[in-house]
Amino acid sequence: MNAEMILFFIFGAVSLIGAISVISFRHPIYSALSLIVTFFAQAGLFVLLGAHFVAAVQVIVYAGAIMVLFLFVIMLLNLGTLSEKGAMTGKLKGIAIILAILFAAEGIYIAVNAMTNTKVESAQAVTESFTITYIGELLFRDYLLPFEVTSLILLAALIGVIVLVKRESQTEN
Amino acid sequence: MEIDLVEQIIIPVIKVLFIAHLLVIGVMAMIWSERRVSGWMQDRLGPNRVGPQGLLQPIADGIKFLFKEDLIPNHVDKPLYVLAPAMLLIPAMITIAVVPFGDSITIAGIEIPLQIADLNIGILYILAITSLGVYGVVIGAWASNNKYSLLGGLRSSAQMISYELTLGLAIIGILMLSSSLSLRTIAVEQGAFPWKWNFLIHFPAFLAFTAAMFAETNRLPFDLAEAEQELVAGYHTEYSSMKFAIFFMAEYMNMIVGSAVVVTLFLGGWHFFGLESIGGPFWSGVISFAIFFIKTGIFLFVFIWVRWTLPRFRYDQLMNFGWKFLLPVALSSIVVTGTLYIITGGSLVWIGIGNVVAAFIVVAIVAGMLAMDNNKPEVRSTPAAAPLRGLDAVE
Repeated sequence: MNAEMILFFIFGAVSLIGAISVISFRHPIYSALSLIVTFFAQAGLFVLLGAHFVAAVQVIVYAGAIMVLFLFVIMLLNLGTLSEKGAMTGKLKGIAIILAILFAAEGIYIAVNAMTNTKVESAQAVTESFTITYIGELLFRDYLLPFEVTSLILLAALIGVIVLVKRESQTEN
Repeated sequence: MEIDLVEQIIIPVIKVLFIAHLLVIGVMAMIWSERRVSGWMQDRLGPNRVGPQGLLQPIADGIKFLFKEDLIPNHVDKPLYVLAPAMLLIPAMITIAVVPFGDSITIAGIEIPLQIADLNIGILYILAITSLGVYGVVIGAWASNNKYSLLGGLRSSAQMISYELTLGLAIIGILMLSSSLSLRTIAVEQGAFPWKWNFLIHFPAFLAFTAAMFAETNRLPFDLAEAEQELVAGYHTEYSSMKFAIFFMAEYMNMIVGSAVVVTLFLGGWHFFGLESIGGPFWSGVISFAIFFIKTGIFLFVFIWVRWTLPRFRYDQLMNFGWKFLLPVALSSIVVTGTLYIITGGSLVWIGIGNVVAAFIVVAIVAGMLAMDNNKPEVRSTPAAAPLRGLDAVE
């Protein structure tokens, strides 16, 4: 058991505990904070895989930006605690059960596959080429057109949001 | 995997302990110098009773905080209330891990780089960790269950999210020229002489980054989160004794780390006219650390200086300044640096001039548009005196 394994189990356990507490806490703020903990632990897992860039982006985008907005909304709407019977009723329950079964099946399939397939590439070999230089070359040289198209789509979404918000405030006046 | 006990465990642990303690001592020094410098700027004495020149005042303050009753109000959300100060302090502390605080030093034949970890994503790490600092403020504000705290927290989070963009965009010009995200590489690339440092090449970006840094640390003129006249003490209204002190420690640590980052990115790191390479492998390390230390100290003085020079922004001014001036200037620096780098073949002089010219044009355009906007007849739906009516009713 080397240091890497120990860290893997720590991060894995933290991210599992975080994920479970997201759905078991009754209060939305606690759920949101648990989700942040999960994201953070996953960033740790990415670092263990040598994918530093993905880890940093995970923290910047998810933990740093998106979850702040989540918290913002929860606080502004002042959402209370869920009641005992609360969210999971009727149709939702059925869908949730089906999704859970599918998810479990996927997990088991991957685990069995990994155990039987011994020729799994070592993580070190894969991640050596996974540096930020490599990502930069991929994004800005090899896949420049898809990258630019994606950024245009994002820009359109951004402008759309601004236009929608602006129109609303004008009708108010 | 063979683990070298000295190089892989003992030296890093010593470095981490050294830096962590230096940060805490730095906080004490900042508390003292803030109060003394404030006194000096306002033509009064400041605290000068405890120890020579009042130097022991921070220790007296610390002891007072420790022995105060650790009060937790009944109406707060207890777990989060206790957690919030730590959530603010820890990001402030761990950011320093990637900042190089000197060249390498050679002791007993082992060359030790003066940096805790030279990540190849150094700058992204800093941006990631500083973006977590906002949680301490928001959670503390919400857990306090107090409207002044909540208002302070909301203001602060909006401000931090807005200025984070500028913080990230302002350094892209530097990344383009140094073609590395590692802070050590960026510091080395700038070289020994001030006219090659990034603050001249990317002058508008330097100003934008510094302003955003002030906003991120919640310092005047951007301290709306704790505006005393409006919000009692903002997000830490309900905090007392050591928890309150931790909020303040986090603020000072953010200032120290922020200054260190600015010095590394824009002010040449540990370089100063080649002074850092005088002497043997041991002394050059010590001198380079001293140079870095002094530069950071000077920048910290600027923090205090600005506090007593500029009045606080109004909230709409704050948002306008961040989104309509700083952000376009940072964007212009990216475009200009990239374009001129290709056209002039990487001539630093032209990039420096182009950046300043472009920033002037951007600011002129934005100011012109704002002026045209203000000339339009505007319907003010809410009179400014609305909050005062409540007071009349009370009287």
